[in-house]
Amino acid sequence: MKRGFPLLAIVTALLLSFALYEALIAAPTEQTMGNVQRIFYYHVPSAWTAFVLFLINFVSSIIYLIRRDSKSDIVAFVSAEVGVVFCTVVIVTGPIWARPVWGIWWAPGDIRLTTTLVLWLIYISYLMVRRLSTGGKTPVIAAVVAIFGALDVPLVYFSIWFFRTQHPSPVIGGGGSLDPRMAHVLLINWVAFLCLAWLLCWTRYELEVAKRKVEEAQALESMLEGSR
Amino acid sequence: MNSMHYLYAAYIATWVIHGTYLFILVRKYSRVRKEMESLRK
Repeated sequence: MKRGFPLLAIVTALLLSFALYEALIAAPTEQTMGNVQRIFYYHVPSAWTAFVLFLINFVSSIIYLIRRDSKSDIVAFVSAEVGVVFCTVVIVTGPIWARPVWGIWWAPGDIRLTTTLVLWLIYISYLMVRRLSTGGKTPVIAAVVAIFGALDVPLVYFSIWFFRTQHPSPVIGGGGSLDPRMAHVLLINWVAFLCLAWLLCWTRYELEVAKRKVEEAQALESMLEGSR
Repeated sequence: MNSMHYLYAAYIATWVIHGTYLFILVRKYSRVRKEMESLRK
């Protein structure tokens, strides 16, 4: 690991602690929903972080298809895996917020909820392709799946602009007004989650590089044993 | 269940998900390390 890693880990831990304090204590209580609205400070930044990671996955997949270098393939894989973790947070925290506010855990047929679930399933499929597919074509197949999967990201984001949905209107540019103190807490939480995502991606990247080196060495060793 | 329970459930769920992923990474790391050591021998 590089020298910057411990520094990033410390900064992330401090930011996450501060963001948690801001979300649970410092942020004003929303008048209609009460304290349950504070779920928003984890739900929305997790969704934005997942979108950023899926965008990185999309760009890296295109770069891989052009250059065929292992670095962009690893970046694509790592960003998808960490993106799925953040998307899982979105899928889990959404219904926990919906139950006390809407009276139901899930609104079947709601465009935002359905497209988000489809997005999660697409990237789970992407990871399954990478894990189960064998042979040299796996990164190419995965890159193509990633490019098609990324088409769902704008559909998820803009679904609440163009379709009738139970989901609250967009936080930014949606016509609704967000208290500046709430927007400030939201931004802090997003920065903290971005740092966490960066830390997780960095760890996973180094691990994947080491794993591939071990696999290469093992293949070389078995080739040498076979030639003896 | 009052609204505070839902709030705590959402925050705990978030950290359980991240914690589980970190645990998986640590396990993968120790496996790769073991394989590296066996290759060196």
